[in-house]
Amino acid sequence: MVELVGLHIDFDQHQVLRDINLTVARGETLAVIGESGCGKTVLLKTIIGLLRPTRGKVVFDGRNLSDIAEAELPRQRARFGFVFQQAALFDSMTVAQNVAFPLREHTRKGPEELRQVVVDRLAEVGLPESILSKKPAELSGGMRKRVGLARAMVLNPEIILYDEPTTGLDPIMSDVINELILNMRTYHPATAVVVTHDMRTARRVADRIVMLYPLTRLAGDQPQVIYDGPPDAIDCAADPRVTQFVRGEAGERLMEMRALNGAK
Amino acid sequence: MATGSETASRNDSVRRPGAARVAAEWIADLGALVVDWITELGSISLFTAQTLRWLFTRLPRRETLLPCFYQIGVLSLPVVALTGTFIGMVLVVQTYVQFRMLNLETRLGAVINMSLVRELGPVLAATMLAGRVGSSMAAELGTMRVTEQIDALTSMGANPIHYLVVPRFLACLLLIPALTIMADFMGVAGAFFYAVWLLEIDWHHYLVNSQRFVGNFDVFAGVFKSLFFGTAIALIGCHRGFHCDPGAEGVGRAATTAFVASFVVILLLNLLLGIMLDGIYYTLWPEAPKIL
Repeated sequence: MVELVGLHIDFDQHQVLRDINLTVARGETLAVIGESGCGKTVLLKTIIGLLRPTRGKVVFDGRNLSDIAEAELPRQRARFGFVFQQAALFDSMTVAQNVAFPLREHTRKGPEELRQVVVDRLAEVGLPESILSKKPAELSGGMRKRVGLARAMVLNPEIILYDEPTTGLDPIMSDVINELILNMRTYHPATAVVVTHDMRTARRVADRIVMLYPLTRLAGDQPQVIYDGPPDAIDCAADPRVTQFVRGEAGERLMEMRALNGAK
Repeated sequence: MATGSETASRNDSVRRPGAARVAAEWIADLGALVVDWITELGSISLFTAQTLRWLFTRLPRRETLLPCFYQIGVLSLPVVALTGTFIGMVLVVQTYVQFRMLNLETRLGAVINMSLVRELGPVLAATMLAGRVGSSMAAELGTMRVTEQIDALTSMGANPIHYLVVPRFLACLLLIPALTIMADFMGVAGAFFYAVWLLEIDWHHYLVNSQRFVGNFDVFAGVFKSLFFGTAIALIGCHRGFHCDPGAEGVGRAATTAFVASFVVILLLNLLLGIMLDGIYYTLWPEAPKIL
């Protein structure tokens, strides 16, 4: 469904992604893990076309994303749902207006019909009708995340991209979000890419895990993808960098960072 | 006490670069600055072109336009009216003594109203609005950029220029001239009040002189300039917001630079348009009446 071919992303002189080749099959849930700054979010934003590759291409449903005419892009983007790390709800709108936004842009539903869809979607993520007229600033972090999830799902997208869906949430709410991601798979089958550094999320929701490594820590032309396989096999991966991340062991990292900064 | 070798090595470490190197660095810095300016100019030109393209392709929805018109137009009314009134009154205070000495105080209306409608009304209203509207747009859009709301708009298939910039651009383009008319009116009224009621200048001659020297073209010239000021405020404010650096500092800087850049552009445009409009005026009416 999505294919990344020889993808390179540079910001000014700083290279973030190098020669990434990845295929996400239709219906698959792929978790992309890796430490902060390894380019996970950049990868996700490139898939939806928010960032343009410096080299290489993103092929979505058989078409190179860069070749799609600007006039056609909105229609193609409606096939995606994007759940942002901090939810990215529009401050100036109410919860109802936020969730209804994609519907207003892409459908011709009347106000009553819109309201019903919004209420249904919010109910799916466990939010009551009473929050419809609230502004995002009045909601807790977990509620904002769930509204963001409802907004991303409202058009029944074919592919859903989750950017750190559980970051900043308490363990219970994190598990609620994991549960919701699994529920979405059941009720609205779609391809999903979940970017996370939470191993619990990766294990629970993914069919396949890919681990990226920061380019700053790679020597020469070593590949940036250091693991690509099922969640069950990640614990006994041959690469110690993978097992170290999975177990959350710092190892020599602190010494390494101090040495890099020239500290004694 | 330092030995000779220690002193020599210390001198080496603080040795100043040669004049040629300083000059080269200075030229390199200047070059980088020029490149930055040109890049910025190119970026704002592209931004303007995209805004105009969306403006003529598809107008935003009513529910998107109205809040912008309310924010930019209605909520700016008090501050613009207040500015106009006080500028009108202070002009009378500043000029009255000089004109009185020449026994020309009834001509005050001509000088003050001309200054108001041609220069001070449009420029001061635009300056106030660059502060009130321009920097608030930069801060609002900057916050949206930093909190990924602009990315969210794009990801949902909406065009941020169409959705966020075009309504603000239209509101500034249409309402800043309207606010300028308001500032002119309040300035004229404030000056009339101060001159006639407080300084007891003969109101009949004050009005006759005003009518004689201030024509429709002068009012038109001021409002015409404000169209350009409105355009500049909207485009600079939105552009700064869209290209905001991350964090609270980035948003603050976007708001400040939006005001400073708008203010400089308003002054420049005012000079250029003033020269152009004066040229047109004296071509059309070479025998225009003189105040003295």
